[in-house]
Amino acid sequence: MSSDQTPPAARDVSTQEARMGDGADDRFNSTLREAFGSTPFILTKFDKFMNWVRGSSMFMLQFGIACCSIEMIHTYAIKHDLDRFGSGVPRASPRQADVIIVPGTIVSKFAPRMKRVYDQMPEPKFVVSMGSCTISGGPFQEGYNVIKGAEEVIPVDIHVPGCPPRPEALIYGVAKLQERIAEGESSPVTVKPYELEQFGDLEQDELVDKLASEIDEEDLVMRYNWNDSP
Amino acid sequence: MSLEKPSRDTALDVGVTEDGLDYDALADLLGGHILDREEHLNAEGFVIRPDEVQEVLSTLKEEAGFDHCACVTAQEYDDRYESIYHLRKYNDPTQELSIVVPSPKDNPHNESAARVYDTADWHEREAYDLVGIDYDDHPDLRRILLPETWQGHPLSQDYNQDQPQIVSLREHANPLEDDKRSEDDPDTMFVNIGPHHPATHGVLHVETVLDGEQIADLEPDIGYLHRCEEQMCQQGTYRHQIMPYPDRWDYISAGILNEWAYARAAEDLADIEVPEYAQVIRTMAAEMCRIASHELALATFALDVFGDFTAVFQYGIRDREIVQNLLEDLTGQRLMFNYLRLGGVAWDLPEPREEYFEKIRDFLDDLPHKLEEIHDLVTGNEIFQMRCVDTGVLSPEQVKQYGATGPVARGSGVDYDIRRDDPYGYYDELDWNVVTEQGGDNFSRVLVRLREVEESARIIEQCVDLLEQWPEDDREIQANVPRTLRPDPDKEIYRSVEGAKGELGIYIRSDGTDKPARFKIRSPCFSNLQTLPEMSQGEYIPDMIASLGSLDIVLGEVDR
Repeated sequence: MSSDQTPPAARDVSTQEARMGDGADDRFNSTLREAFGSTPFILTKFDKFMNWVRGSSMFMLQFGIACCSIEMIHTYAIKHDLDRFGSGVPRASPRQADVIIVPGTIVSKFAPRMKRVYDQMPEPKFVVSMGSCTISGGPFQEGYNVIKGAEEVIPVDIHVPGCPPRPEALIYGVAKLQERIAEGESSPVTVKPYELEQFGDLEQDELVDKLASEIDEEDLVMRYNWNDSP
Repeated sequence: MSLEKPSRDTALDVGVTEDGLDYDALADLLGGHILDREEHLNAEGFVIRPDEVQEVLSTLKEEAGFDHCACVTAQEYDDRYESIYHLRKYNDPTQELSIVVPSPKDNPHNESAARVYDTADWHEREAYDLVGIDYDDHPDLRRILLPETWQGHPLSQDYNQDQPQIVSLREHANPLEDDKRSEDDPDTMFVNIGPHHPATHGVLHVETVLDGEQIADLEPDIGYLHRCEEQMCQQGTYRHQIMPYPDRWDYISAGILNEWAYARAAEDLADIEVPEYAQVIRTMAAEMCRIASHELALATFALDVFGDFTAVFQYGIRDREIVQNLLEDLTGQRLMFNYLRLGGVAWDLPEPREEYFEKIRDFLDDLPHKLEEIHDLVTGNEIFQMRCVDTGVLSPEQVKQYGATGPVARGSGVDYDIRRDDPYGYYDELDWNVVTEQGGDNFSRVLVRLREVEESARIIEQCVDLLEQWPEDDREIQANVPRTLRPDPDKEIYRSVEGAKGELGIYIRSDGTDKPARFKIRSPCFSNLQTLPEMSQGEYIPDMIASLGSLDIVLGEVDR
């Protein structure tokens, strides 16, 4: 080192600038790094940090049901590109997913399968219900075969109304979910009116007696009491 | 000129005359089988005995050339049940005949037609499921849309919608517990594909039995999206309450095509004349929907056969976004347009008109280049060709047996397009071609769709020319339609249009009120999906997935 060079410490620099250094390319100096200032350490609660991480990188379950799934595809794809918001990696297996978007009408035959898929997702898991059908049954609410909303079967964190919601609306819903996760809020997991249970555990009544010859005691079934639906 | 009708096989032309079918000649052919004759708006209905269905239908098929069993409608009257077989000809769908089969109220049953037309298999299962008619001699009469443990038949008169139901998960039994399904071959293995599976295009469940990697047996299990569309339409009034539902049958942006199916049936039922200007707008909008629908079919097909989420899929979606913007400008909605009204359309083209026309022309100008790109990426791609050429082959005979229509039929060389053969709207005034391919394989079906996009673009261009020059004082968008429509009681009609997936037909029976007494939807996907086992038997699993993709089914329309 030649003597005519001024040593860096002799210049009038702030600690922050010193930490950033000259050597590093400007491109590496993110806003986050600036915010850290002079210290490379952050003091935070572990939970808070984990929630921030969870909200910033969410794996969505690739799950299509009905009309809304077409708008959901558009949300993932070019132009709307949900990936920009840190939540656009569709996973084909529920075992790798954090978020399930429920995009469409749920009917009696599908609800047990949806519950199964939801149960297979690892905790913590979140649910965005997309479209009017998942809120109340939507335009098909009076149908003999239609479940009156996703919340009859699984807990829902965010409802996005619309028939179908525009991609912008879905992005807003997902962003709201991220906000809630980062703040550590989620809907309580409660017992829903329609649960998967063993046929043998059902309360005995006329219908159960009638089906006794068709269904095994151990078969998983879902019982719909339409009268109790909202 | 492809707009010419294909030549007819004259030996099968019983009762064919210059001005339509001569039903007396057909009645002579059937002789004593006919109990009574009814007038339906689209055709005559011959009432026959419930135990002579097979005999009558096979006579009509073999000797009078009715090779297309378009639909089976079942319904319950106060004093009887009734099944109607809507027969037409692939050569000329305007030659129609309805075979009406009454059955007694206390024990409704009649002979099955599944031995004559393979397609009747599923149609009769649906009739059994929803209305409750038993079909004797049916190969496999089970519920098809509702779970097997369902109680009651929801479209019959005494159904109580509030009774509890129990649905089991049994169809999804763990395959490992019982994987030797076939007794003769202990090596077979049972695999569930779906209903939650990325390659099923919605909530389809395919029960497959594999022998090694080849498919020994396959059965599509549907009904995971059966959302009571027919019931909804029977509860709505003709004038406004039904129109939003067709958008949700084939929800892949094919809304206007579906709305048109209802509009055409209801307009003919209530005798409404649609102004020409509105017909041109309808034609233009419908073809935009067809482009959007075929783009998605292509995008997801590429996703299926080479897992390509990055290039072809995004290209398809990119082009769809443009069409959807055009449709949004016109209708105010991206997907569920609700734009057609009985007697016309909801409103005129968006102002300023010149700007809108310019947007459409820009899109049409770019389209050839974009299609070329897609051809480079897809049809010219060696991997794609290896996957698609000569896989999933469907012969023209199978097409007719299963009542397949649309690109699936045209990909097998069956020259059948309702737009040309039974013209509606403004199609017969325009210059365009019906696309057919002879291969019958997955490749042909994709090619048909791509070439149909070009034809649709031609139609749109001509419509834009027409609309641009339309005199300003003659822009009538709706006919004068009474506020409440009450068609005369007991009028029956079956009318179809060429939807994105094929022949989309509607049967309506009026009872003098402002709501239909029976509203039956003939979905093209329902019939097309029936061909899947034929196409996949003995093929590898990936080829089955490719065949499924090339059928381009949409579950909202299969299950309704």
